[in-house]
Amino acid sequence: MALEEKHKSRYGTFSRRALLLSGGMTAVFGLLAGRLYQLQVLDGDRYLTQAEDNRINLRLLTPPRGRILDRFGTPLANSRRNYRVLMVPEQTRGGVKAALDTLAQVIPLNDRVRARVLKEAVGGKSFLPIVVAENLEWDDFARLNLELPYLPGVQPDVGETRDYPYTEELAHVLGYVAAVSPDDKARDETGDPLLDLPGFRLGKRGIEKTYDEKIRGHAGASRVEVNAYGRVIRELERVPGRSGEDVYLTIDRELQSFMYQRLKDDSAGAAVMDVETGDLLALVSTPGFDPNAFNVGVTPDQWKDLTGNDHKPLVNKALAGFYPPGSTFKTVTALAALEAGVITPDTIFNCSGAFSLGSHAFHCWKKGGHGPVDLRQGLKVSCDCYFYQVALKVGIDALQASARKLGLGAPTGIEIPGERSGFIPTPEWKRKTFKEPWQLGETLVAGIGQGYILTTPLQLCVLAARLAGGMQVNPRLVHSVGAETVARGNPEPLPFAPESLAAVREAMVATANEPGGTAYAWRITEAPFAMAGKTGTAQVRVISAEERATGIRSNESLPWKLRDHGLFIGFAPADKPRYACAIVIEHGGLNSHPNVQLARDALLLAQKRDILGRRPAYPVTAADARL
Amino acid sequence: MSTHSYSREARIVPIRQKLADIDWVLVGLIGLIASAGFATLYSAAGGSFSPWAGPQMVRFAVGLLLLGAIACVDLRVWMGLAYPAYAVSMVLLVAVEIAGHVGLGAQRWIELGPLQLQPSELMKIALILALARYLHGLEPGAISRPFHLMVAAGMIAAPVVLVLMQPNLGTAMLLALCGGMLLFLAGLSWYWIAPAVGAVAIAASTAWEFVLHDYQKARVMTFLNPGSDALGAGWNITQAKIALGSGGIIGKGFLGGTQSRLNFLPEKQTDFVLPMIGEEFGFLGTMALLTLFAIVIAYGIGIAMRSRSQFGRLLAMGITVNFFLYIMINGLMVMGLIPVVGIPMPLISYGGSAMMTVMFGFGLLMSAHVHRRIDVPRHSSGII
Repeated sequence: MALEEKHKSRYGTFSRRALLLSGGMTAVFGLLAGRLYQLQVLDGDRYLTQAEDNRINLRLLTPPRGRILDRFGTPLANSRRNYRVLMVPEQTRGGVKAALDTLAQVIPLNDRVRARVLKEAVGGKSFLPIVVAENLEWDDFARLNLELPYLPGVQPDVGETRDYPYTEELAHVLGYVAAVSPDDKARDETGDPLLDLPGFRLGKRGIEKTYDEKIRGHAGASRVEVNAYGRVIRELERVPGRSGEDVYLTIDRELQSFMYQRLKDDSAGAAVMDVETGDLLALVSTPGFDPNAFNVGVTPDQWKDLTGNDHKPLVNKALAGFYPPGSTFKTVTALAALEAGVITPDTIFNCSGAFSLGSHAFHCWKKGGHGPVDLRQGLKVSCDCYFYQVALKVGIDALQASARKLGLGAPTGIEIPGERSGFIPTPEWKRKTFKEPWQLGETLVAGIGQGYILTTPLQLCVLAARLAGGMQVNPRLVHSVGAETVARGNPEPLPFAPESLAAVREAMVATANEPGGTAYAWRITEAPFAMAGKTGTAQVRVISAEERATGIRSNESLPWKLRDHGLFIGFAPADKPRYACAIVIEHGGLNSHPNVQLARDALLLAQKRDILGRRPAYPVTAADARL
Repeated sequence: MSTHSYSREARIVPIRQKLADIDWVLVGLIGLIASAGFATLYSAAGGSFSPWAGPQMVRFAVGLLLLGAIACVDLRVWMGLAYPAYAVSMVLLVAVEIAGHVGLGAQRWIELGPLQLQPSELMKIALILALARYLHGLEPGAISRPFHLMVAAGMIAAPVVLVLMQPNLGTAMLLALCGGMLLFLAGLSWYWIAPAVGAVAIAASTAWEFVLHDYQKARVMTFLNPGSDALGAGWNITQAKIALGSGGIIGKGFLGGTQSRLNFLPEKQTDFVLPMIGEEFGFLGTMALLTLFAIVIAYGIGIAMRSRSQFGRLLAMGITVNFFLYIMINGLMVMGLIPVVGIPMPLISYGGSAMMTVMFGFGLLMSAHVHRRIDVPRHSSGII
């Protein structure tokens, strides 16, 4: 039957097509299964790694930065607790604005802070905390913690900031910490992951820089599980870090502050040193700067003030200020002559007020001259003519060699960066640089510490210490890092005859203790504390013949920039030296001799405080005991 | 004899008899798949019945009752309802276009008092019914005649265009493919099929130029290169692949999926439910689920083959193909083989509309099974 046939053919067609379709569906299922096999079996490990990367975050835990302390344990650089208030927008009730209103009833909040927080709340993710206030007073912070149940979304937090309680007084010694710059990152060889941490502060100058790796400590790490929005779900693992180590300095904070305060209005560099060990008790450069400002970031205005100041507060003058040593160098000339055997302490030269070499007259600072002068008198009254003649006999070669043995013309090797080496000229240097032979006149000028010679205050302090102790001491600032004492070589005796050194010392005692001595007016009158020393005045301008004829203008009448530098090197007690001192006040060569006054007061303070006799806070090691 | 009891004359068959004739194994399989879905939704909520697994179970229970009820209704009744259902669905689709509520950037809902009705879901069933009804009435081979083909193609095209305008690319694709498959099954000549495939290719490229919305284009572009925008539009695909892949062979264990629990996997309870299963139960678990799906589809094909009426055959096959297309599109999408179009995984993904559509479909499939022995004449218009 046709209908039946048709019916059957319709069924047949459907069945065939349905079968075909089934085949197609099977193929699709095969495709899905194959893809699953590829993703889950073949690439499973790779995707597992990606899933773990997704969920696990490594968070670094910043270690507390080590402190820097003075020799008696006074903290000079602290990691201060920073009481902060954070706010998590999504946890507040009624929005950030309402939460700020409530918070303002508990702690002081000004309009600027409120505007900033509101702005950050709009821009940021709602689960990330916003810093509302930092460096809260303890009272405010305590009150906040009490009120916390009524402040949803507000989180008290104790962070850390570097704090330098003595600000300018120790800025040049301690340096400062600041945010890591791309340059720091490029120079870094430690590969320390801390450097990548936002907000991490790196030591940029001074002790903070030199000992940064020790002070910063080792980062801890916390492996946390986070969700897709970055919120921490739980901590999986924690590797504790190691806090930074404390650094003990040889500095005495009180002496340092005392000297800084006396010099703060000047542009000056000064140092006080242990004659036997080279331990620096004070290292002052003025004006200073506030290292705390660098911690948070110096504003452009502050930066302009720092760089535009003619007293150059950013230069560490104690190590990097170049000054002609002036008459303080006469001690070197005297010692060189004694050692060379060209004079004895009793050799007499005449001073008529000027000394002629060829056609040129070399003047003494005293117009009428000093008459017959021996070594003791020459140093005591600082007679230029005497030292012109001594220098002429010694010659530049022996002179510069002695200067070097006494620590001039080369870096002292102090622990903090930025030291400059000063300069002691030689005839070879002159030939190379100026293509001219060395002139005898230049030897004369060198003999009184003028001309090409340049020294730093720290070098002058080393000179004083070496003259006083007769040992080749080198300065140092750091006694110990953590529990470890910084190794220090035993100073060798100077390669000079003890009698020569004694003669120079005796003359320095006379300078500061006998009438007529250039420092007599500012002597220490209490006999057991008496100091010895040598004054110096370094000219920074040329005195013309006319001015010399009509009378040299007094420094007080000159503009600051044209005044002489005032220098002083000294030690105390005079009979058994323990403390050496050098002071350079730029353009401070005044009749009142503030340089000598300060040296007197500093040396007296050091002795009266008995800095070297008192037990320091750091452990006294065998090496210390031997000394 | 049961054959006799379903004859043209015997219109009243006891409900108990019909219930006994339901293929309870198939219902069991469906229940098994749905249970896998409950477990997944329970895990997606971090080990809680709220907010997804609980409501989903309630919906499935309602769906089961619906399935049973629909299965017991005579196939010829459904045949009679086919055109009206199609007409109502079309009206609603137009209404949604005019008065629709804007949800998810696309007009897909219509408010009926407290209910949100999705006419495109309704149309998935109505189109199958109407096409089966129309094709049932054609003589063998007649579908290849231009007039009949025009009518059938028009029946498909009208809702597809409306759904595309919503715009809902996934559902439009589903409707077009499902309709096309029915024409194919009805015996459409290969002479039509070959050019039609070509025409679709041209239409697709034209659509890319002029019809597709920007978000749809973006989806396609993202699909082609998910890495290019790994944190933006490509995020879904990338994270879905990571979730699937990281499950490995045996998976991370129930409630152990990090991608889903920590919200790296987006829409894990709806469209991206399969990667979540893959993450927690691995290759073995996912394959087990796919196998269950395949068995259900095989059952559907079996029901179609055993159906005496062309309407029953086409209806059963249409429902089965529709179910298959859901799985195929969703599977290919979450595995990164086709662009992301919003098609859920049937019986697994959270969502009321899709669950009801699928269960309604299975009810019709079961009705075709229960009434498989009824021979419906070609010119019958069913029982209304």
